[in-house]
Amino acid sequence: MAERVTAHDPRGYPPKVTGKRLASRLDNLERKTVYLVDCLFDNSEVFMEQLRQWFAARLPSVDARIIKPRQSWVDDPDMRARIAADGSAAILGVGL
Amino acid sequence: MAASLEQSGVPTVAVHTQVFARLAKSAALANGMPRMRQAFVPQPVVDRTPDQLRTYIEGIDPISKRPFVQEVIEGLTKPLQQEDLKGVSFERSTPRLLKPDSEENLHRLFVENHWTDFLPITLPTEKRVAEMLKGTSHAPDKIVGQLRPTYFREFWELTVEKVAVNAVMAGARPEYLPVILALAASGITARSSSTTSFATISVINGPIRNELGMNSGIGVMGPYNHANAAIGRAYALLSQNLQGGSVPGETYMGSQGNWYAYSATFAEAEERSPWEPLHVQKGFEPTDSAASVFFGGWYTHAGYGPRATWQDKVRRCLSAAEHYSPPFLVLDPIAARGFVELGFDKKEKLIEWCAKNALLPAREYWDNQHIQTLIHPLAVAGVEPYATRLKAKPDELIEIFEAKQINIVVAGGETQGAWKMISGDLRATVSIDAWR
Repeated sequence: MAERVTAHDPRGYPPKVTGKRLASRLDNLERKTVYLVDCLFDNSEVFMEQLRQWFAARLPSVDARIIKPRQSWVDDPDMRARIAADGSAAILGVGL
Repeated sequence: MAASLEQSGVPTVAVHTQVFARLAKSAALANGMPRMRQAFVPQPVVDRTPDQLRTYIEGIDPISKRPFVQEVIEGLTKPLQQEDLKGVSFERSTPRLLKPDSEENLHRLFVENHWTDFLPITLPTEKRVAEMLKGTSHAPDKIVGQLRPTYFREFWELTVEKVAVNAVMAGARPEYLPVILALAASGITARSSSTTSFATISVINGPIRNELGMNSGIGVMGPYNHANAAIGRAYALLSQNLQGGSVPGETYMGSQGNWYAYSATFAEAEERSPWEPLHVQKGFEPTDSAASVFFGGWYTHAGYGPRATWQDKVRRCLSAAEHYSPPFLVLDPIAARGFVELGFDKKEKLIEWCAKNALLPAREYWDNQHIQTLIHPLAVAGVEPYATRLKAKPDELIEIFEAKQINIVVAGGETQGAWKMISGDLRATVSIDAWR
């Protein structure tokens, strides 16, 4: 039988994951304001404009508004506050 | 951002392209919100026309196989289940030691878990790690810093012992450990998950280069020196293992990958350079030992000389440099002395010349994908020098790099008056002596 060896685990130490609950969902989107968040990735502006036009054509009672953060890769608390204050829901895209 | 909006009480759906499905789900889990609502469209979005993107919207989500808009609308309106309300909390502590096993099985385990670079490693046994730790005066449990593969992932913490474990795996010797700890402490990962396949290139300065017998001569950027090779490999391995992984499709998304990611560390030829060493330019004393980390590795241009037409050649290289990733130049001492003879008696003068001659028509600059994504919003917000670049007419030549973004290192064996221009944003110059 081969000799048994003890080796170190090479991985670092991950942070504890703290569960966060999702926000309550809407009954429907009728006459609601939905923010379309353009994450500023290349061509995401065009995608979001198409999504806005889709809402205008198919669900015209939805007020779909495009909004952009100050810059990509960086959180924008002011933009989030505006969405929370004025909006009923948000769609982010395209990217992480 | 989606998790923050949910926490603010805003129901949210995040839209990604399908290649990010595994990454998006694992990031949601790490955020404590594994049931975050997500919808997917085909890849790519970049370069698609409005009509093509409209077909994505009116088409099928390639992950769920249901209509995309149905995924989005139900994501905002479908009542939550009990599991959605509580989120998921859990500890993910990693063990100090693995379960004892045969060497063959442990080697297989390391490969299967993506803990290697697929080249043979040295198993980090207790004895070998203890020996490695003799290379520093710091306690094994001292926190060195934290790393993550990209900005939207969580930071993982690393200790001196965990860095030593990865140094053993890379084949490093105990005397290399202070350099490896300094690179780990820089906080810059050598395993960025960016789709653009970043790598890091590290330059070592100061007395430790000679103490370790590092190479700054013939074959300086090749596989011809144990310290150069092992330190670079250790930095790469520790980055992937201590940040929470570098697994394709999950924690690594580089479309083409990068050869520099195997091992890219070398020493500056300070004794044969006509100029000030890099670390002294960055505020260290000549007697200090320091490591500089360049984040890039996208392109490498090459040249020789400087010959009569050097200005044309260097201008072409500068304008061909990917605009988002500034260059650093590695000059063989022969080439460096040649530039001195042309009047560039300081690195800064040559850097200034490069900045003034890194020119591109504005329309080409702004058409760049990364410039559009990352720089254009800053320009619109009035941040200089981007705002001025944005005001230029489409055919107007603009300077695309600032002098402070360009660096020069002298290294090479003087068998040729060679130079390289390498993609690399200098992210940090850190003390090695602090980790002795």
